[in-house]
Amino acid sequence: MLAILFGLMTGTSVLAAPQRVVSVNLCTDQLAMLLADPGQLLSVSYLAADPRASVMVEAAAGRVLNRGGAEEVFLMRPDLVLAGTYTARASVDLLRRLGVAVVELPPANRLADVPAHLRAVGAALGQQARAEALVAEFNAGLEAVRVPQVPSVTAAFYHPNGYTTGAGTLADDILSVTGFINAGATAGVTGGGILPLERLVMVAPELIVTSAPYPGASRSEDILRHPALEVLRAKAAARRMSDADWICGIPHILRAVAGMAAAHKALTP
Amino acid sequence: MRVILPLAVLVVALFAASLLIGPAAIGLRASLHALVTGEGEAVVLVMREIRLPRALLGLMVGAALGLSGAAMQGYLRNPLAEPGLIGVSPAASLGAVVAMQTGLVAMFAPALPLAALLGAGLSVALLFVLAGPGGGALALILAGVALSALAGALTSLVLSLSPNPFAMMEIVFWLMGSLADRSMLHVWLAAPVMALGVGLLWRTGRGLDALTLGEDAAASLGIPLARLRAQVVLGVAALVGAATAVAGAVGFVGLVVPHLLRPLVGGRPSALLPVSALGGAAVVLAADIATRVIAPDRDLKLGVLTAIVGAPFFFRLIWQMRRGAE
Repeated sequence: MLAILFGLMTGTSVLAAPQRVVSVNLCTDQLAMLLADPGQLLSVSYLAADPRASVMVEAAAGRVLNRGGAEEVFLMRPDLVLAGTYTARASVDLLRRLGVAVVELPPANRLADVPAHLRAVGAALGQQARAEALVAEFNAGLEAVRVPQVPSVTAAFYHPNGYTTGAGTLADDILSVTGFINAGATAGVTGGGILPLERLVMVAPELIVTSAPYPGASRSEDILRHPALEVLRAKAAARRMSDADWICGIPHILRAVAGMAAAHKALTP
Repeated sequence: MRVILPLAVLVVALFAASLLIGPAAIGLRASLHALVTGEGEAVVLVMREIRLPRALLGLMVGAALGLSGAAMQGYLRNPLAEPGLIGVSPAASLGAVVAMQTGLVAMFAPALPLAALLGAGLSVALLFVLAGPGGGALALILAGVALSALAGALTSLVLSLSPNPFAMMEIVFWLMGSLADRSMLHVWLAAPVMALGVGLLWRTGRGLDALTLGEDAAASLGIPLARLRAQVVLGVAALVGAATAVAGAVGFVGLVVPHLLRPLVGGRPSALLPVSALGGAAVVLAADIATRVIAPDRDLKLGVLTAIVGAPFFFRLIWQMRRGAE
């Protein structure tokens, strides 16, 4: 159904597989690298080669890297461009006006979006069979790692500037299938938002998940070394997440799920 | 004295309000009990490690900005002199940002206020050379605008080139200021440098009073002008540098506060110094409380509020100057 929808939206026939595909979004990059035939995917975004954001750095290594500018992409003469719905609008509109077929994929907000996205990109690339195989593998993998208990342990994501991930996000969904209650969602944050440190202290979650520090200095990351958070961490379990595993709704998200399932096991007797 | 006492009462009240208002809803009695006795785990943490440093920094940063505004205006005999507007705070930001991005701060934490002091000191010295006593308002404002544009641009440049993705978002902090999520560490970092600045400026009162009669008259009264100048430069640099290093560049406080209070002390610069310190503390504490009341989940910047309140004063000053010139 979704495949037909995407076919209609872009006007490309699902039968004639595109041969010069350019992806300009980290998540479509990685989906396309999983699904495309050798030589079918011409270029991926530069983020796909950044180990802090991408889990498929090796696969991206041999490809042309782009920064998503309309001019740059158009000059590659693509017959299909894969973009995210949050990719720079101006670039996507310009490419469409120049007659390039563009397939846009929304960001994944739930684990259930992963199979849908695999099928959508599979259909766009004419790789339906490979997509179905990956979907089956993903569903089996998810069943194997999920924690069946009713969520009972509170966990909070805490990032630089006091940023947290609340309800309606992929990260929130991962918590709910691994037996955790998301303290950010309980505190009323929907999507991503700021959770003031003192509210976090009052919630006193049993697990605090922070992101790994980036190179170079920033005062935004100071909050992760705040004395109040240190006290909280001393009492709670702490996990440092690898950002790359959590960003995109691709099969590798199972690594993040497995990590949280292990954390849940360690916290419950 | 008539002015100092009510102002002191106001500052104490605002300090208490700053301790009691926050995003976590904690009752009045519970929070005071936890603050004093240290009983009740989470509440103590909130009161002692999050709200206390924030209130203390509001007090210190405000007093520092008010005092340095009064000293600069006294020395330059120009009501437009204000650390944030004429480039001293932006230069202090630049110093702090460079110290952070070069990794100096990671090795030696006090490098942060010291580098900000250096940036502020260079800019004050440059301003005094370009528009020193006797130089008109025009020279001061032109030099100040050029300096703050340059310092702001260099700060943005350094942050844009950083490999850290969050650095870019911090441009707003360094140019607008905020007291969110600071800790006691920042209080200890800023306090000694600020104490040095207060010590230096406190003794300039007599000199500044004499200077109102003109440079020659002051010199004939036995005021060592070169020493006075050095005291003001270093004192302002230490205060603004330390304040900016922990709270970013908060503008307009040094302009509005002395301007409001000057008529109350009969226009005497020496009397204006302590009064402006108290007034500055009250303004910053009030602005910081407002950021938490208006938009608790948005991290509204301090400079946004001080500018909204302060800019109309600036317009009024300019209007008065124009009418005076005609």
